[in-house]
Amino acid sequence: MSVPAELHYTPEHEWVSVEGTSASIGITDYAAQQLGDVVFVSLPTPGATVTAGEPCGEVESVKSVSDLYSPVDGEVIEVNAELEDDPSLVNAEPYTAGWMFRVRVAQDGNGDAALPTDLLSAAEYEELTKSAG
Amino acid sequence: MTSFAGWQMPLRYGSETAEHLAVRRAAGLFDLSHMGEIAVTGPDAGAALDYALTGQPSAVPPGRARYMMICAEDGGVLDDLVVYRQGKQEFLVIANASNTATVSGALADRAAGYDAAVVDATLDYALIAVQGPAAAGILAPLVRLDAVGPEFPQLPELGAMKYYAGASGAVAGREAWVARTGYTGEDGFELYCRPQDAEHVWTVLAAEGAGAGLVPAGLAARDTLRLEAGMPLYGNELGPDVTPFEAGLGRVVKFDKPGEFVGREALAARASAGPSRHLAGLTIASRRIARHGYPVLADGRTCGTVTSGAPSPALGVPIAMAYLDRPAASLAGAVLLVGIRGEAVPAHLTDLPFYSRRR
Repeated sequence: MSVPAELHYTPEHEWVSVEGTSASIGITDYAAQQLGDVVFVSLPTPGATVTAGEPCGEVESVKSVSDLYSPVDGEVIEVNAELEDDPSLVNAEPYTAGWMFRVRVAQDGNGDAALPTDLLSAAEYEELTKSAG
Repeated sequence: MTSFAGWQMPLRYGSETAEHLAVRRAAGLFDLSHMGEIAVTGPDAGAALDYALTGQPSAVPPGRARYMMICAEDGGVLDDLVVYRQGKQEFLVIANASNTATVSGALADRAAGYDAAVVDATLDYALIAVQGPAAAGILAPLVRLDAVGPEFPQLPELGAMKYYAGASGAVAGREAWVARTGYTGEDGFELYCRPQDAEHVWTVLAAEGAGAGLVPAGLAARDTLRLEAGMPLYGNELGPDVTPFEAGLGRVVKFDKPGEFVGREALAARASAGPSRHLAGLTIASRRIARHGYPVLADGRTCGTVTSGAPSPALGVPIAMAYLDRPAASLAGAVLLVGIRGEAVPAHLTDLPFYSRRR
């Protein structure tokens, strides 16, 4: 199971990659393995406002349907249209080609992205998945 | 891994879609040790089972198997079963894991008064299945079948074994009941061995079969395989609230067998009145899956409920089975929709099974 060190994570198994004020979001390798083959991904609409910890889409696998939560507050600026034709990218490359959506997040006083303070580091996330068995 | 009826079961080993396709194209290796094995033996074993089940085990020749059901007095299905006749007085009844205790109890009750013993032997057996077009070729060099006396037709080799037949013998050198049965819609074998031999048998099969495309396959692939093959699953298409006739399986009820059997009166009434619901196949015009419990609408009105749904690798679209309140033929031309979490998705009636293997 891969947990790239440079990403942020949530207990709901999303990852966040931040560049400036743009946050790219997907689900983790662990989540993809737990779900099994992903067959459908419902993503928020570009322009929509998302709120950290609130559901904003669905990830459907052969055996289950799970809510997709936004890890950050902001406005959706782009979604991964490739997933419409090939949702299996989520299983094959969860951190790259299987990314799901991008959000423009607000800036803090220093001009950096204002991220929720409860995002997990790679080490913390790895610990969480281990204790989940 | 997943918990199922008190067992820890492999849901998938890798990609369930890849496992499904391997079974269709080559072969899959399944651990089905959760299935219940109930031994019914004795001079009256056949007669007791004729009374207890919808089928007629006493008419099954030794070395053959039949698909049957056990019903309640009211005709409701308690379980669907495979019954092997292992000898003149020996039968092995295979029950679903979640129903093993119920079936074993019902068989014991119904066999009272007959000279027959009913023993839940589930923990005496591991069950390993090899399913797919390559199964016979993979197993042939690893299986030895016993010659079994004059009343059994002797089985010269594995490839000559008929579908729904079985024989005692050995797999990878370990004692087993070897049967040409399965739940995938493919040719294949089910190997009932001793639990202490299971790891050895699995390891040898996995290694020897790998070159022919054999891969370990989990419960998720088993479910999509049986759904494509139009086979019912207890708890989804079968349960105490339906008779075999609703599921389109009235043929398993043998009204012409001699003697009484449990549920005869209710089943005869249902046979003459016609089923109260109709099991139908649906293909879904979306990537979304119509899952167990989702409503089916015809021309805007609820007409049924989905019982099972999954993506179909064979058809390339999601498929489902559903109980409808009228026969599929009467819905020709109707606009069918499935309610998938608030979205009405078009669906099309499709003949069952969705997939049939080439023979």
